[in-house]
Amino acid sequence: MDEIFTTLAQCIRDEDPVALATVIERTDVVRGRNTLLPQLGATLLVSQAVGVRGSLGHDKLDAVVAGDATGALSSGQSVARHYGSAGESRLNDVTVFIDVFAPPPRMIIFGAVDFTAALVKVAKVLGYHVTVCDAREIFATKKRFPEADEVIVGWPDAYLMTVAGRLSARDAVCVLTHDHKFDIPAIVAALSTKVGYLGAMGSRTTHLERVKRLTEAGVAPARLNEIMAPIGLAIGARTPEETAVAICAEIIARRANAEVRSLRDDTGPIHRVAS
Amino acid sequence: MKDLIADIERWQAAGQRVALARVVAVVGAGPRDPGAAMAINEASEVVGSVSGGCVEGAVVAEALGVIESGEPRLCTFGYSDDEVFAVGLTCGGTIRIFIEPVD
Repeated sequence: MDEIFTTLAQCIRDEDPVALATVIERTDVVRGRNTLLPQLGATLLVSQAVGVRGSLGHDKLDAVVAGDATGALSSGQSVARHYGSAGESRLNDVTVFIDVFAPPPRMIIFGAVDFTAALVKVAKVLGYHVTVCDAREIFATKKRFPEADEVIVGWPDAYLMTVAGRLSARDAVCVLTHDHKFDIPAIVAALSTKVGYLGAMGSRTTHLERVKRLTEAGVAPARLNEIMAPIGLAIGARTPEETAVAICAEIIARRANAEVRSLRDDTGPIHRVAS
Repeated sequence: MKDLIADIERWQAAGQRVALARVVAVVGAGPRDPGAAMAINEASEVVGSVSGGCVEGAVVAEALGVIESGEPRLCTFGYSDDEVFAVGLTCGGTIRIFIEPVD
């Protein structure tokens, strides 16, 4: 495994999507067929950058497993599969575990405010690659957001254009500026990407005005429903840190299709008075 | 797994033998998904986890055996209620863990 492990470690460090296929089980007897079974622990690595490395001991099995590993890479799910010794799909001579190592999901936060600092921390705990973007250079500094992977001084829509092609359903955009001047271009640009979560901070009143402006900017009513605003779950969050937990919990819940109450689908004040 | 690489490399650089344990299948309720990983060195130092703490002790024992023999093995851990002293999961599921030497 040594050489393969070194390659795997390098791919993971470079954030290059990589799958490692390992023989984890094999039958002792091959029924009347004169074939050699792969060794337990034999590995095959498949990555976009380095291609196919290693072998499970049989060319045909390698080809079939490499194909399945490519499929697993696009689904993002690690999976165990059964094969014949030459890669036959209906036999069960060997079990191969295809372990998928996807690069971290991305969170892009627009607005360099206090809530941003707390959200960066919670997002890092959850394993996100976090970018903070704000057009105001006195706020968007690495010093204010030391845990962020990137701090970008620029307009939200301009920044999103540079990364749009890399964004997928695993990624999240959080708009915390609550200033229409920045919110509207950020949301319009985010709606044109494939991000799985788009949330916007602000009161219900702020959001009503925002909806009006987004409609004027040409956003269709159906698309407005994709915006989680007010952002976060209705857990009575108060501080920036609690709000960050409410936002991240909402991202998890939306991904998992869990039925929990979002502030968006709630009524009444966002900040409740403790009794 | 991503979090384990630096530790595995550090152990290897210090001349320690290392085993890697990964969840490869979960049947029923299980605490961690396939791919959850844990690394163990010959001094019984551990990083990562493969369950909610239910089977880690047993996995360390198996991993030390893997380091000693150099042979990978596939272990199955199931519901523990029927055997009072057996190691298992309280959640009712079954997990299969593949343990291999990293050398």
